[in-house]
Amino acid sequence: MNAVKTTADLTRIRESLCTSSDLFDTNENSGQVEIKVSMATCGIAAGAREVNTYLSEIIEREQIKASIIRTGCMGYCYAEPTIEVKIPGEEPIVFGHVNKSKIDDIVFCYIRKGILPDDITWMKTGTAKEEDLSSKQLHIALRNCGHIDPESIDEYIKVDGYQALGKVVTEMSPDEAIKIIMDSGLRGRGGGGFPTGLKWQITRKSQADQKYVVCNADEGDPGAFMDRSILEGDPHSIIEAMTINGYCTGASKGLVYIRAEYPLAIERLKIAMQQAREYGLLGENIFGTDFSFDIEIRYGAGAFVCGEETALIHSMEGKRGEATVKPPFPSESGFKGYPTNVNNVETYANIPLIIRKGAEWFSRIGTAKSKGTKVFALAGKVNKVGLVEVPMGTTLREVIFDIGGGIKDGKKFKAVQTGGPSGGCLTEKHLDLPIDYDNLLAAGSMMGSGGMIVMDEDDCMVAMAQFYLDFSVEESCGKCSPCRIGNKRLHEILQKITSGNGEEEDLEKLRNLAGVIKDTALCGLGQTSPNPVLSTMDNFYDEYIAHVNDKLCPAHQCRRLTQYFIDPEKCTGCTLCARACSVDAIKGERKAPHVIDPTLCVRCGACIEKCKFDAVYVH
Amino acid sequence: METLCLSQSKITKIHDICEGYNNDSAELINILHATQGTFGFLPAEVQEVIASRLDIPVSKVYGVVTFYSFFTMTPNGKYPISVCLGTACYVRGAEKVLEELERQLDIKVGETTNDGLFSLDCLRCVGACGLAPVISIAGKVYGRVSPDKVKKILSEYYYQE
Repeated sequence: MNAVKTTADLTRIRESLCTSSDLFDTNENSGQVEIKVSMATCGIAAGAREVNTYLSEIIEREQIKASIIRTGCMGYCYAEPTIEVKIPGEEPIVFGHVNKSKIDDIVFCYIRKGILPDDITWMKTGTAKEEDLSSKQLHIALRNCGHIDPESIDEYIKVDGYQALGKVVTEMSPDEAIKIIMDSGLRGRGGGGFPTGLKWQITRKSQADQKYVVCNADEGDPGAFMDRSILEGDPHSIIEAMTINGYCTGASKGLVYIRAEYPLAIERLKIAMQQAREYGLLGENIFGTDFSFDIEIRYGAGAFVCGEETALIHSMEGKRGEATVKPPFPSESGFKGYPTNVNNVETYANIPLIIRKGAEWFSRIGTAKSKGTKVFALAGKVNKVGLVEVPMGTTLREVIFDIGGGIKDGKKFKAVQTGGPSGGCLTEKHLDLPIDYDNLLAAGSMMGSGGMIVMDEDDCMVAMAQFYLDFSVEESCGKCSPCRIGNKRLHEILQKITSGNGEEEDLEKLRNLAGVIKDTALCGLGQTSPNPVLSTMDNFYDEYIAHVNDKLCPAHQCRRLTQYFIDPEKCTGCTLCARACSVDAIKGERKAPHVIDPTLCVRCGACIEKCKFDAVYVH
Repeated sequence: METLCLSQSKITKIHDICEGYNNDSAELINILHATQGTFGFLPAEVQEVIASRLDIPVSKVYGVVTFYSFFTMTPNGKYPISVCLGTACYVRGAEKVLEELERQLDIKVGETTNDGLFSLDCLRCVGACGLAPVISIAGKVYGRVSPDKVKKILSEYYYQE
């Protein structure tokens, strides 16, 4: 059994694992092809399981010397399912949009003959090629995602896993380890940006016979999937970091609060915890010291406010997830009244590497006040939707255009929303802004947990604000009236505007009420919920004016303010639109121009998509 | 509210679940997860049994059930459909997909079809934003859904019946 009792044990396991695989690498004849299949939630939804099965079949049938590793997210979400193929002595190549026939091509052309099939989306990893998502990126939190099998502790140990834990518990005092985290300048990645080391120190200094460390994996921000990807791709790094945190703060118990919506992440975390226990890396007397630590999972149940630490703690106690006033901070009085240190998944993912490489290494990356990197879930109207990790200080333009490949379908960039429902919309003029906590805050948005939704010319900013308010209204815990009632009223005013009944004085009301909510709400959710309204009013006031005064939606999105027409000059009477119309609103004889009945039309846009002659237009 | 009579075996089952968590009221959310996993939903009677077992007021259980969107007091369809209305799905047209589902199934969000096959719900982000818009039916995730694909997806399930 691989029980790890000393750091030497860990090194021995690591070395034995490395030698066995190195044998393959050095011996040309028995050189094994290494194939990695990206099997995170998005990959599986796109068909990665089928790809994996077919790959195993074909490899066995063709008697190819290859190993298949199921990894977490590689970050190329736009190209799922993706696989990475490494032929010995060659650079690894990632193939995207893989299906059965493409696997045939990959196996027979590339693996057999070394020829890259030209009709497959492929990219080299780790080079600065134009089609390479990895350039301009720096993977610290995502260092293992997509590279190792998340269900194998040996693979994690092979990439220096649990070395940091060994070093901390056997060579350092808690204060020395906390000092490294403080000196590194790491700030909370869940949104607030509170210095992580300081939080640890406060928890350490709190006197109590029991303390808790918590991992906040309640990633409720719609459009964000960084934490899910880390848990699905590298769960051991979170366990290692939480254990380090336990040693530093004096806690013997860790709790992971995770959304029930993430079944795969939960499953992989459970497997990882079990393996860590078998290896003695969780449990009693870790590394033969008198430090003991174990982790339990607590499930969320679908409430966004539970990402807020006081609400999260109430939820873990089996109560309604309502926020309470701080202080007392959880570091002083948290779970069941004991000092509790809450950190986010991505924050934890940074810890082992900071310990291993040192505070100075980490603090060299990033900007003056924001150190290290940030993971963003790049989504929306961007060509290469995916998971990206860039050094702090990278500009929005680099993320959206260089890494994200620009706007979909050649449309024009309009805005990017960071920070989810608590953040704001940033525009063209912010594109060259270096991303860090303070810059985003100054620009009227916030870092948030890392959702980054790109919008193009077809998105209406008033409707967008309404969408986020809709979210905040639904997710308000109801405890304080500014959030419970104020947001509801904000939402009603926005609804009035988008349905064409807005008046100019409504705009004034919006601004005033938003300000009041910001100043008076109880928790972070309430205080930031008016941000989408305020930032769109600041940056897109002309759109609000168009809705209110001209009763027009410039982006043609607000349905009550738009009408669909068919241009009789262009219409050939092909009847395609009439057949596509689900409410029979389109009438006309075959080969004669058709007409849309505005009283029946539900403005779904199906006719526009079907028309081959550009005859349908919106006004 | 409809009155259901819980059979003794069901009550025993709930007691077993509570027992598994040491009848600890701090474990209420885990208990509710397990109970909903067994029964599919959490009607008032079930909540009463849990409350008395954990020795807490029913109002507390009810408060928690209604607070969290994951818990439901009405039975879901055999194939529960969830439409993701997260931001990424929203900007890529999830609303139109939702409308088409409502039209095809002839139910509104939160309702179940008369034949008990489908129920329709919205959720915020399954985290598969790269495939937006996304819907999930009985746990299976469908990506890059457009309104014209809805009929075909539903027919898979009608075919199974």
